[in-house]
Amino acid sequence: MLNSGINVLFEGINMQRLLMGLLVTARVAVFSIIIGCTLGTIIGVIRTSKSKIIKMVFRIYLELFRIIPILVWLFVFYFVLPADFNINLDAEIVSIIVFSLWGAAEMSDIVRGALISLPKHQVESGKAIGLNTIQLYWYILIPQSLKRTLPSAINLATRMIKTTALLVMIGVIEVVKVGQQIIEHANLKNPTASFWVYGFIFFLYFIMCYPLSKLSQRLERKWAS
Amino acid sequence: MNLDWSYMIDQIPLYKKALILTIKLAFWGILLSTIIGLICSIIQYSKVKVLRNIVQGYIELSRNTPLLIQLFFLYYGLPKMGITIEAELCAIIGLAFLGGSYMTEALRAGIEAVPVTQIETAKAIGLSNSQLIRYILLPQAVTSSVPALGANCIFLLKETSIFSGIAILELTNTTKDLIGMFYKTNESLLMLVIGYLIILLPMSLLLSWLERRVRHAEFGY
Repeated sequence: MLNSGINVLFEGINMQRLLMGLLVTARVAVFSIIIGCTLGTIIGVIRTSKSKIIKMVFRIYLELFRIIPILVWLFVFYFVLPADFNINLDAEIVSIIVFSLWGAAEMSDIVRGALISLPKHQVESGKAIGLNTIQLYWYILIPQSLKRTLPSAINLATRMIKTTALLVMIGVIEVVKVGQQIIEHANLKNPTASFWVYGFIFFLYFIMCYPLSKLSQRLERKWAS
Repeated sequence: MNLDWSYMIDQIPLYKKALILTIKLAFWGILLSTIIGLICSIIQYSKVKVLRNIVQGYIELSRNTPLLIQLFFLYYGLPKMGITIEAELCAIIGLAFLGGSYMTEALRAGIEAVPVTQIETAKAIGLSNSQLIRYILLPQAVTSSVPALGANCIFLLKETSIFSGIAILELTNTTKDLIGMFYKTNESLLMLVIGYLIILLPMSLLLSWLERRVRHAEFGY
């Protein structure tokens, strides 16, 4: 009786369905990580500028995403856009937008931190040998700050993957939702189904995030010395 | 965008209740996770291999899985195996399980930052291991990890929004319910954001004040 629930995972095409759900989760995560990191790097470079207004605007943007929980942001975008602006977006697109904006905000802080932690003479010597701004960033600043940003950026990526579990709350059919459907279907025959299905999803998230966080730890240790 | 102010005033009692519940759950969760963090970081400092491995496993497990799934597992999965836990208790356990590992990491960094000379001196003047931890290690470790602990507190407070997944009527879930009932999207969401700001702004001010005080106590500036 106790162990019969695990069979739910292998019944019919259940495993296949769960993995397809995982694909949706992974798709949202990958798209928003790519968009977020690219946008975040650009914003991070902009934030090193001297102008007070630019600094202030992006600071407010960052703090807004830090202070208000991501779930609330998902609700704001999912409910307000159709109600006020008559924009009906797919829940998956909404979540990619929110996650990208959040990722960009966090990434910009990482990039900015790395850029301003570089020794000042690097910029000065670069300018002295006549590099223009783009060359300065491309050949001098970005390669050096990459070492400092990469571990934190990977950490951010694991956080984003973990947070994709929230997608189920705005009705994206991803791995958690598929799990719920399977549980509801099997509930009468197999009362212990929920234990095994949620346990399995728990395990799936773990094997997605564990290698990444180990990689980030290793890079941090390797580059710290 | 026209806001229906009378509707918002009508809903204040509901939001007040939700706010108090959020604070209550966050308080217990943060308290428990700090205790777990203290115990686990001391275990990691001690050289007992078995215990260290258990703690390491716990940290990896809780850091690499989302809170929502942990809560679903606790709330929907465990009752089927004969362990029934009340929703609010589930939420507190889940938050403590997640927060414990973050607090451990923060305190561990603090312990590692204590200079070796301090520990050697303490041993040289004949302090026992428990005295060393209590009088030398922890006071210095806690002061230097205050910023990280504070950031964790804010992180855990925000994570309470995920409790709406297991039918706890905290701020986010209340809002979701109200949107479903009255379709006053803007008003409800505005109240929600104000609710979080009421908790988080004083908290973040308090934490930066605390950080300054601690730094002042430690370095005198």
